[in-house]
Amino acid sequence: MATSFVSTPDKPVRPRAGAGKLGWLVPAIVTGGLAPAAVLALRAARKDLGANPIAEVMNQLGLLALVLLVLSLAATPLQIVTGWKWPIRIRKSLGLLGFFYVCAHVLVYAVVDQSLALRAIVEDITKRPFILVGFAGFVLLIPLAATSTAKALKRLGFARWKRLHRLAYVVAILGVVHFVMRVKKDVTEPAIYGAILAGLFLIRIMDWVREREKKRAARG
Amino acid sequence: MPRLPPPPPSAEITPEARYLRRREILKTAGLFVGTAAAMGTGLVALTGRGRRATVTAEPLPPGVALPPAAPPPAPSAARNPFTTDEPRTPYEDVTTYNNFYELGLGKEEPAQNAKTLKPRPWTVVFEGEIKKPQRVDIDTLLKWFPLEERVYRMRCVETWSMVIPWLGFPLGKLIERLEPTSRAKYVAFSTLMDPEQLPFQLTDVLEWPYREGLRLDEAMHPLTMLAAGLYGKSLPGQNGAPLRLVVPWKYGFKGVKSIVRIALVEKEPQTSWNMAAPREYGFYANVHPQVAHPRWSQAMERRIGDLEKRPTLMFNGYAEEVAHLYAGMDLRMYY
Repeated sequence: MATSFVSTPDKPVRPRAGAGKLGWLVPAIVTGGLAPAAVLALRAARKDLGANPIAEVMNQLGLLALVLLVLSLAATPLQIVTGWKWPIRIRKSLGLLGFFYVCAHVLVYAVVDQSLALRAIVEDITKRPFILVGFAGFVLLIPLAATSTAKALKRLGFARWKRLHRLAYVVAILGVVHFVMRVKKDVTEPAIYGAILAGLFLIRIMDWVREREKKRAARG
Repeated sequence: MPRLPPPPPSAEITPEARYLRRREILKTAGLFVGTAAAMGTGLVALTGRGRRATVTAEPLPPGVALPPAAPPPAPSAARNPFTTDEPRTPYEDVTTYNNFYELGLGKEEPAQNAKTLKPRPWTVVFEGEIKKPQRVDIDTLLKWFPLEERVYRMRCVETWSMVIPWLGFPLGKLIERLEPTSRAKYVAFSTLMDPEQLPFQLTDVLEWPYREGLRLDEAMHPLTMLAAGLYGKSLPGQNGAPLRLVVPWKYGFKGVKSIVRIALVEKEPQTSWNMAAPREYGFYANVHPQVAHPRWSQAMERRIGDLEKRPTLMFNGYAEEVAHLYAGMDLRMYY
């Protein structure tokens, strides 16, 4: 990024081009968002992940993915409720961080847990609803990540892009269902994420209803 | 007269614009570091893991003698199911990776919470279809039979497994001593019911107390044992102190922990996991690689400490000893 370190004194002092006042925000979110991966790698290298490190790594990566996807879905409702603009600036980064952890989760499952035994993986996906649900979430997330650039948005047009990206809610719901089906008995933790998602969805629906009323009132 | 130092080279002079912005740069750097740290710490706190509990092995109670070390079997010796030369799972793993929901639902929680469980004094009640119903103090009970070391594979229904050197005695010997009546067909076991010692009994994850059961012939099988120790030491609380069941050809959840009641009964007793999810956990719960759990395959397992999975063996590798117990039974129906 070009900075104005060599600007002549007579020019007015301006903030860095394009960064605006919150230029630090996205790099900070990405740095913080990747920190758990670094911590995990470090503890894995030190053999400090307990008796079943592979299960531990998969659980942590899966949970990180779910948390970040839910956080990215919280951006718009937060903006609706508070009027703040900054949540929208980090929405994409949060979603892509979630995708990063989903990929890592799937990769550890396929490479380490299943040793790339393709038949066993295919059997797992087709026969075990719990794996199928998680896999469906992963697949649905791919087009969202692929169309996360400004260029893709322009190419698709805003309306179509927006419709496509509503899939993010479906992916998060699949993530919660995958989590519920994985636990042996106690569903408290996945239920918490389910409840948060339901709350976020409710805010969006209420906002949508309000907007429609407003439009109708303006027309009538 | 002191001379002034030479002026710094012009390249090192902070440009005025930057000099004027130094507060802003500092503030931005602070916001960046603060936000990144908050985000990273928050995520790690939410999804990371704590420190592993440290477990110190308690010696066996006085008066309970360790069995003499058995001489290593000759290479040509007949198959001996009571031990195995497979590498033993380290003590630290055996005692910090447990399913004991009464002490917490996470795998490492029982080790962290085991302090509340007091294995002495402890009384075990024997009742039901026996000629000699009685209540026995645990230290008396442990002197009834010489303790034996048995190295068994332990296969959890969650597809992980361990190799554990248990210390205990065959359940069959105890049942013989209690003299079952002709109506005794099954054995029912219960864990201690005391939320002060087992705090998660205040939650309704399962119906408490934890209950398990065996058919009488399974209970009499020489492989079936009651364990009071592992690795030559007393059982830690998280492993089911002071007395637990070990049935090596069945999934680990059959191994009811911290037993206070053993009853011989006429009808198949209710068992906790079967009551909670009858489609997923049957009364028999024999290790069977071809009978999948509704949510996952049972064909493979990960031995704790291994990276690669290994195929699960029929009856956990004890088929030669126990398959005859189930002759003519459809094990897909009686899972």
